[in-house]
Amino acid sequence: MSNGAERMRRELMIRLVREFRAGTLADNIDRIPVQLRPQNSPATRCCIYHDRAVLKYRLMALLGFDPKRETDETKPLKEYYEEAEAEDCSPEPPITVCGAGCAGCPSSRVAVTENCRGCFARPCVYACPRGAISVIDQHAWIDYSKCIKCGKCLQVCPFNAIIKTKVPCEDACPTGAIRKNEFGVADIDFDKCIFCGKCFAKCPFGAVMERSELVRVLRALGAGRKLVAMIAPSAQFQFPGGIEKLFSAVKAAGFHDVIEVALGAELTTEHEAHEFIERMKRGDRLMTTSCCTAFVELIKKHVPQLIPCVSDTPSPMKYAGKLAKEKYPDALTVFVGPCIAKRHEALSAENVDMVMNFEELGALLAGSGIDIMSQPEWKLPRPAIATARNFAKSCGVTDAILSELCGDDLPKVNGKFFNGIDAKTAKMLALYAAGKLPGNFIEGMSCEGGCVGGPCSLVK
Amino acid sequence: MAEKIKLEICCGTTCFMLGAAEIMQLATNMPPDLDGHVEVTGLACMNACLNENLGHSPFVRIDGKLIGNATVEMVCDELRKRLNGGGDNE
Repeated sequence: MSNGAERMRRELMIRLVREFRAGTLADNIDRIPVQLRPQNSPATRCCIYHDRAVLKYRLMALLGFDPKRETDETKPLKEYYEEAEAEDCSPEPPITVCGAGCAGCPSSRVAVTENCRGCFARPCVYACPRGAISVIDQHAWIDYSKCIKCGKCLQVCPFNAIIKTKVPCEDACPTGAIRKNEFGVADIDFDKCIFCGKCFAKCPFGAVMERSELVRVLRALGAGRKLVAMIAPSAQFQFPGGIEKLFSAVKAAGFHDVIEVALGAELTTEHEAHEFIERMKRGDRLMTTSCCTAFVELIKKHVPQLIPCVSDTPSPMKYAGKLAKEKYPDALTVFVGPCIAKRHEALSAENVDMVMNFEELGALLAGSGIDIMSQPEWKLPRPAIATARNFAKSCGVTDAILSELCGDDLPKVNGKFFNGIDAKTAKMLALYAAGKLPGNFIEGMSCEGGCVGGPCSLVK
Repeated sequence: MAEKIKLEICCGTTCFMLGAAEIMQLATNMPPDLDGHVEVTGLACMNACLNENLGHSPFVRIDGKLIGNATVEMVCDELRKRLNGGGDNE
């Protein structure tokens, strides 16, 4: 476990599932924040009352509500739980910032700490390109009207006395979509947000929350609905004992059937390879992949001139949904992956009814008392081919397409990769759109390493 | 050569979710000074969590000694103590 925010998020999910399975969630949900931070227990924020308040909002998000849209502060969670029963719309937007959880981190700046010795050499003064540093009373001072935060002074200080403070969510956001609002807490601008989940993964206060569909899934299971889980290829690196045991565990949790999304990836590969040939034959200069939702959103919102080059091929999730609905027309389909953006994509995917992440699936199994390692090996009717399972890794999509494209008269692939999106990606993509960079096939993955590095993965 | 230290990691779903996944990475990625001296096994749920309220997961067992709230660093520290001190010195 890498940090306490992650641990609390997962613990809370497991508790929620346990209470649900025991039939006590409605009666106990308002007690959970107090049980987790009882009187005289150590607080993680300023006091246990603040901790409890954030836990309440976290539970609200787990029930599928946006804490930002709270209108009545006195409303107990039980009422939200009952409302969630009636509400069957998918959560949009999929992520939100909990104002009570956000610490309103001060804007990033370069600061001289008390470790400054006011030395004779003063390399900071010489390193500063804007003449922003002066030494007064044996201590360096920065004139913030001149400082451009280049950090050159940090590098040269012999005492490590100069630091650059960070704002983890803003620093992680590749599109400048997360900024502080008039109340000094972070807010997401959804005209810019691409749902990559980097702020969610990086906030040390756990203030960025996903609006979960976990309770919707639990309810459907509890009501005896026929549910089909569609598990993303990256699951093979995420759970103990391999996907065969995982699939048995999912079945034991009450799902009617389990489908590998890699089977959808096979169809994506086939279709995308043919699409590439067609596009090249008709004289297109460039095609980009379309399986990573955050990458597609980045193009739509920030490099619109590239939209015509985005592949029209449905993603593996959409194909898997189609396979599932063909087999079980009356079933509800649940995509399970390490991704936040897929929640957004699922809204427009007619064959995907709900989305869970790997943390939620793990919590669903743990809270239901299902031990994955003790499960029998599930016999896959037909295991997906290796290149399709490899989709979850960076360059995996290109590899799969290359293996599909063999023949002398076919167009040659000159593949370029975006292995993780950052603040520079949109600028680079604009250069590709303008024809200033070589390459005819761009694979884009928002997460470093591919889906396996997703914000909601269990194993990082 | 001395007998290997036995590190058993609970891979029950709860422990796995709450940190055993990272500790399991020691199976393939042991620090150089410990490499070759430890036998790592991932176990199905050891039921150590049954009477606890999640607070003590993940659990590991080192030469039979049960350790709760385990982290990679803590496990390596304990392994080093055993490797260098030759047993349970507490």
